[in-house]
Amino acid sequence: MALDKIGIAKRIAQELRDGWYVNLGIGIPTLVANYVPEGLNVEFQSENGVLGMGPFPFEGEEDADLINAGKQTITVKPGAAFFDSATSFAMIRGKHVQLTVLGAMEVSENGDIANWKIPGKMVKGMGGAMDLVASAENIIVAMMHSNKAGESKLLKTCTLPLTGVACVKKVVTELAVLEIQHGAFHLLERAPGVSVEEIMAKTEGTLVIPPSVPEMTL
Amino acid sequence: MNKVQPSIENALAGIKDGMTLMIGGFGLCGIPENAIKELVKMGVRELTCISNNAGVDNYGLGLLLQQQQIKKMISSYVGENDAFERQMLSGELEVDLIPQGSLAERCRAGGAGIPAFFTPAGFGTEVAEGKEVRIFNGKPHILEEALTADFAIVKAWKGDTEGNLVYKATAMNFNPMMAMAGKITIAEVEELVPAGTLDPNFIHTPGIFVQRIFQGAVFEKRIEQRTVRTR
Repeated sequence: MALDKIGIAKRIAQELRDGWYVNLGIGIPTLVANYVPEGLNVEFQSENGVLGMGPFPFEGEEDADLINAGKQTITVKPGAAFFDSATSFAMIRGKHVQLTVLGAMEVSENGDIANWKIPGKMVKGMGGAMDLVASAENIIVAMMHSNKAGESKLLKTCTLPLTGVACVKKVVTELAVLEIQHGAFHLLERAPGVSVEEIMAKTEGTLVIPPSVPEMTL
Repeated sequence: MNKVQPSIENALAGIKDGMTLMIGGFGLCGIPENAIKELVKMGVRELTCISNNAGVDNYGLGLLLQQQQIKKMISSYVGENDAFERQMLSGELEVDLIPQGSLAERCRAGGAGIPAFFTPAGFGTEVAEGKEVRIFNGKPHILEEALTADFAIVKAWKGDTEGNLVYKATAMNFNPMMAMAGKITIAEVEELVPAGTLDPNFIHTPGIFVQRIFQGAVFEKRIEQRTVRTR
């Protein structure tokens, strides 16, 4: 069965390592913070200017001055730090953040990503995404395999305006975990009960399939 | 020179049609909300506003958009403002969208006397069109130029009569860089205290960057995405 959003977040949480500083984008990536494996110490950075994000506040304890990059009210853990936006992006450009997780509208087989604009229809702006993908060493995209029209979002070439070039390392969807290498999507794992054939059918870009593809363990 | 302004009218005096303004804040967090309302009252038009977002439809810079006082926005993200998206797609509003980190650094550079810098952000995208590209350490970077403004309007938690500012939590965001980059910087503070009250060890923006300071009358501090967990 295909994963839900929480399943995708749980699978991505398995990629976390002890001591990492991690930036989570808006949407499914934000959920990753809820599933940090026990015993790991991971600090979450939000590009508007906070390190050491904690869980959402209890009702009545929201602070308008304390939000994440998705403008959601948050709390901080002991040892947190606040800083200005220039310092925040110094952390990002300077490669002090070990992992970036973000959503996407399209990803291509060479690791290009598009997630900020549909010409003539929708313009949200890139926010911090262009800075993040241009500098991060390790970028995981969390997204659905197909768009609402049922078209594959894993493409040979992105059709939408790009956010970054040849930068995505891994994609986790409701169907599969795929690694991008040498201009192709390499199928690493499939969601429990999802067939390789279904993933093939829903992937437009070049797909490399090893002799055996294990199911994810969540 | 007395930086303390007797009224919000005095604080914003001199802002004219066609000027370029930097407005601090990220979303509705850390915006100079009293000053924005005063700009609506003043009715200044044809403004170029440099601000990460454009508020929401009925608050923050959204209020200026409603009155069509803004000619051009320089921002990184406009997703939460339908009026903005509509005016931009229809071409009424000129919009320069730039990566958030580049926006922050362009303001910082403007205040720091650095005319331009190279960054990898935006290479290979629309943002890089017409910009010089150079390779450093084997990687392409694009040239981004500094930003300055006729007036920068920032919001701080506390400020003193010397113009020293302290921000609270993530309400800091773009305010410190914009304070540096304004030809005249106006600080709207929640609490204005006498010089000597704030610990010099914990000043975020030194008073040299601030020309005018006033205490805002009302802080609504609206929350865009109230998100809570259950007890």
